Amino acid sequence: MAHKKYWHEVWKFRELIYILSWRDIKIRYKQTVIGTAWSIVRPLFTTLIFTVVFNRIARLQNPSEAPYMLMVLAGMLPWQFFATSVGDATNSITGNAGLINKVYFPRIIIPLSTLVTGCFDFFISFAIVIGALAWFHFMPHWQVIFVPLLIIQLFACALSISLFFTSLNVRYRDFRHLITFAIQVGLYVSPVAFSSKSLPAGWRIWYALNPMVGIIDGFRWALLNDSMYWPGMYLSLCTTALLLWLGIGYFRKTEKTFADDI
Amino acid sequence: MGDVVIKVDQLSKRYIIDHEQQGGSQGSLRDKLATKAKNIFKQQGASAARREEIIVLNDLSFEVEQGRRVGIIGSNGAGKSTLLKILSKITEPSSGTVETAGRVVSLLEVGTGFHPELTGRENIFLNGVILGMSRAAIRKKFDQIVAFSEIGQFLDTPVKRYSSGMYMRLAFAVAAHLEPEILIVDEVLAVGDSQFQKKCLAKMDEISKDDGITVLFVSHNLEAVRSFCDTGIFLNKGTLISAGSIDDVVDDYARMYNKSSKELIPNTANAIYFNSIVPNKSNYYFEEPMTLTCGIVADKAYPKYIIGISISDRLDHKVGTTLIYSKEPLKAGANNITLKIPLTTIVPGAYTFTLAIALDESLHNLDVVFNYPELNILSDNHNQQLFARWSQSWGGNLLSGTDII
Repeated sequence: MAHKKYWHEVWKFRELIYILSWRDIKIRYKQTVIGTAWSIVRPLFTTLIFTVVFNRIARLQNPSEAPYMLMVLAGMLPWQFFATSVGDATNSITGNAGLINKVYFPRIIIPLSTLVTGCFDFFISFAIVIGALAWFHFMPHWQVIFVPLLIIQLFACALSISLFFTSLNVRYRDFRHLITFAIQVGLYVSPVAFSSKSLPAGWRIWYALNPMVGIIDGFRWALLNDSMYWPGMYLSLCTTALLLWLGIGYFRKTEKTFADDI
Repeated sequence: MGDVVIKVDQLSKRYIIDHEQQGGSQGSLRDKLATKAKNIFKQQGASAARREEIIVLNDLSFEVEQGRRVGIIGSNGAGKSTLLKILSKITEPSSGTVETAGRVVSLLEVGTGFHPELTGRENIFLNGVILGMSRAAIRKKFDQIVAFSEIGQFLDTPVKRYSSGMYMRLAFAVAAHLEPEILIVDEVLAVGDSQFQKKCLAKMDEISKDDGITVLFVSHNLEAVRSFCDTGIFLNKGTLISAGSIDDVVDDYARMYNKSSKELIPNTANAIYFNSIVPNKSNYYFEEPMTLTCGIVADKAYPKYIIGISISDRLDHKVGTTLIYSKEPLKAGANNITLKIPLTTIVPGAYTFTLAIALDESLHNLDVVFNYPELNILSDNHNQQLFARWSQSWGGNLLSGTDII
């Protein structure tokens, strides 16, 4: 199918993206007492623990002006969106096998809807940032207007990795196990609990090959007035774009046989 | 009518079955890597030998005109479901092309995407959007859907608390309001009670008549296919056997079905056993009498015996039973006995026989042959009207001779 026609189909099925993520949100908080508050509790507690462990016990300092906890928080939110989305999306096609086998729609709808669900949590958890900024009497500068663009970059980055893993997982269920491990490692190789400025200067550009580095740095720049390491940002944009292009290509190549392989 | 809305050209579907993976887990990466590693030391093609190609559909070509109701029939494994999946774009053909004109809605299952935790109301929206409706369209038809489903006050109850009947009704209610141009239906009627089946068929009848939509319908219920469809496609082992008017195709099917039905395996260990049971025809029209010729082998002579015959419908409900008493004694060795079975009141459908033989009224069976042979009773033109309306819940017998006096 031609590119244009494919995206036209995706657009035609856009309500399916909405309804599937609506279903996932609805189901997730069925029979829970605090419901959507879980989207706040989880990142908040992880941030507190990381602050205590790295700042209070290991005595790491934030090289910039913002308090350590704010720095962790600004890294934790995009990271958690990335980790949850990629983790859930990896199992999304296999988890919806009933749909894949019985109805036609562009298969990309399924990982997309998982990511939209992730966005829902992300926006709720953003309340913590606002609360924490107020708590520390910290005022973001003008560059806060770039937050929406950074969210788009984050979404694209998570989508690109999700597309690879979800289609590989249809064929090889090893990826279900691999992804949980990869996400654990990713937490420590991405600058979530520390600042990428702590790295030796010569390493920074290589470190920025991890697209999440530029994104997390970007959030700290926009929200916490950190100085921006622009080469890292450009590199992150390039790798994200490249991964997304490859991811979509790979997904579209394999999606035709999903119903046969699942 | 006249416009071709489905055009299938030299369509084939093959699957590769990897024998190395049989019994193992879903194609794990380790297997793949192991095979790759092994192949380095082997000549090329060594691994190909262990792969087997299964041909599910073989070179099908046919066309369907707009407004037709096409019944696709064939025994299990004939490729019917695969064909529907390809027509619905769920899976791609290995070769050949399929062209469809218009909005295709496929019901390969009742209630695709239904979530047990969600309420009836929520599932109407979920299922509707999954099947391709917009939320606006669902909202517009919501009251009609609820009315058709008859779930009434349970609308806001999670569907996991529904009875299976309610679940089915709700699911079909959504499907019935989709407004497709081409509707593909697979065995949905196999589930649910007969009232529900009737209602679904009537609804399908209504929407296809009113809107001139094209319907492709798969069912094992030959009578349902025959009464609903005007065109038939008969598949056997992935090959198109015949296509054309539904009556001709069902007849072809019945002929082949009987010929290829499973064989009688004599219970040679018994003192008396059935060696062969042969009906005089492969299928019968309603009210047509039948004869069964039984080969019976006995270890010694017996002065008398009783043969019991039961007829079961395709759901294994007994339609009726009869006992036939011997006229002549049974000789030692092979005996040939021809039985007359006036089928006058058995309504059209697919049935099977169960035959038993006993020596006296205590009916201690010496041999029983279950579900053999099979029997197809067809309706002919002058009673088709009656049997099109016949519900399974009415039983398998037409009471004969009823009248106003």
